[in-house]
Amino acid sequence: MSNDPPPPPRNTRTIKVDYLARVEGEGALHLRVKDGLVEDVKLKIFEPPRFFEAFMRGRPFREAPDITARICGICPVAYQMSSCHAMEAAAGVRVTGQLRELRRLLYCGEWIESHGLHVFMLHAPDFLGYPSAIEMAKDHREVVEMGLKLKKVGNDIGNVLGGREVHPVNVKVGGFYKAPRKRDFAKLTEDLQWAADAAEKAIRWTANLPFPDFEQDYELVSLSHPDEYPMNEGRIISNRGLDIAIADYEQHFEEEHVPYTNALQSVRKGHGAYFVGPMARFALNFDKLTPRCQALACEVGMDPGCRNPFRSIIIRSLEMLYACEEALRVIAHYEPPDAPAVGVNASGGTGHGCTEAPRGLLYHRYRVDGQGDIAEAKIVPPTSQNQKTIENDLRQLVPGFLHLDDEKLQWQCEQTIRNYDPCISCATHFLKIHREEVRA
Amino acid sequence: MSRTLVIGMGNALRGDDAAGLHVARQLRERGFAEAHESKGETASLMELWQGAAVVLLADAAQSGAEPGTVTRFDASTRPLPSAFLHCSTHAFGVAEAVELSRSLGSLPPRVIVFGIEGKSFGHGAPLSAEVEAGVVEAVAMIETELKS
Repeated sequence: MSNDPPPPPRNTRTIKVDYLARVEGEGALHLRVKDGLVEDVKLKIFEPPRFFEAFMRGRPFREAPDITARICGICPVAYQMSSCHAMEAAAGVRVTGQLRELRRLLYCGEWIESHGLHVFMLHAPDFLGYPSAIEMAKDHREVVEMGLKLKKVGNDIGNVLGGREVHPVNVKVGGFYKAPRKRDFAKLTEDLQWAADAAEKAIRWTANLPFPDFEQDYELVSLSHPDEYPMNEGRIISNRGLDIAIADYEQHFEEEHVPYTNALQSVRKGHGAYFVGPMARFALNFDKLTPRCQALACEVGMDPGCRNPFRSIIIRSLEMLYACEEALRVIAHYEPPDAPAVGVNASGGTGHGCTEAPRGLLYHRYRVDGQGDIAEAKIVPPTSQNQKTIENDLRQLVPGFLHLDDEKLQWQCEQTIRNYDPCISCATHFLKIHREEVRA
Repeated sequence: MSRTLVIGMGNALRGDDAAGLHVARQLRERGFAEAHESKGETASLMELWQGAAVVLLADAAQSGAEPGTVTRFDASTRPLPSAFLHCSTHAFGVAEAVELSRSLGSLPPRVIVFGIEGKSFGHGAPLSAEVEAGVVEAVAMIETELKS
């Protein structure tokens, strides 16, 4: 028996949960609990894009895709694409035909790679009660191997098109430095056919995971294109009547500074929090999915009305299937373009670009001076757009978790946050929780 | 024939995080062709070392030791501490690749990690003088290992 004296009575208790320090993958959650009720939830996220906005000023406009690709190791293509489209808009140039198709193919690779990592390595262990994919692999070897192989097929699209897998270097404003030959795609075609079948298995597998009974009335925001499931282009729409051009983004959305985090929180002006990412894309663009995807969605009980964020793991699997089919379509119709890029001169103008990163809408705006150097850069990543919605979800869910010990509480909170696949989610245990209990 | 390879990992744009990349480059310059550079992405690493008998990994570390210190860790038999390696961009990387391979039974029989303690990991920064010296030391240690 311990001889330690009992702790002095206090009104406030702060609990620090241990976490693995990871340089960029760090988040902190402050919970303030009074008389068993959650008084306050604050999610703190480290956000690198702010640094890049300042870093880009004075750099030639052509460098934007290469510089912004460094922001995120998981979605460099998204940053490249949003910056390319913004610079092309500033120059009044449109990239069409096979070059547009190749961009779509590159984006398919990123979706497969990023969703593969998230579904199998990061989120599935949460549902099955494993601390990480490493432990899950011991009992679910085939699933983890399939996930790794799927992710690798996504990487391989990046290798063929992007030059190298983690930070593609072949993309430039106006197109590519070098266009692939038809024969470069021979192995990919075979791999993608396997990957489409694997994604189908993933859809059925994720649909059988245990899901909490939790739904919210979200405002869902995504791109929408008349002919295709959105990746690179379209209008920004929502389930509450928003329908705007990309260039009008800042008239409708604003970032609020919140004192407890260096991230800014986005809101739709006059409306509040909103939700970007796979669930928004799926809800607003279901009719643009392939017949195979739609049939599978119906088979596993997923429809555009789904508002349970935990089910995003099924939607990510559906989007992997879509990306495999779309990649196969692009490759089947591919003819090398006459030139790998179109000429772009973006001096003296402002351009906006918005594309669908795996985790949601990614907005870029640049002002370019008369010399062609970047005078101003603005980047709004999907994670900061979802941050307020993540906090709202936690505010709803945490009261039901308060009976849990700190370890289990952390796990439940991480699973909830991971529904949004925030950039911080790559760390297996990214969260530092401060639970402050105030007793009257 | 059993294959031995060296993989140097890191982010070229994050100061001392590039230490592992420099190790691989120097080894290639000194005539060891099987020295690869990697961002440390899990699936690619696992594919790279598939079927190898010996894998020597070099990466920047952040363990609180003096900058430039080279730590040798035998990961063949015991888990690699996650905090041992500095994972610069996204944390699903080297340690996870080693442990996932171990869980899946595909880890090469001999895996040695050389961690070079970093000093600064700033965007766009060059290698610090301490880490430059650490890279030279790691190269010498790996060459000794290759001869054994």
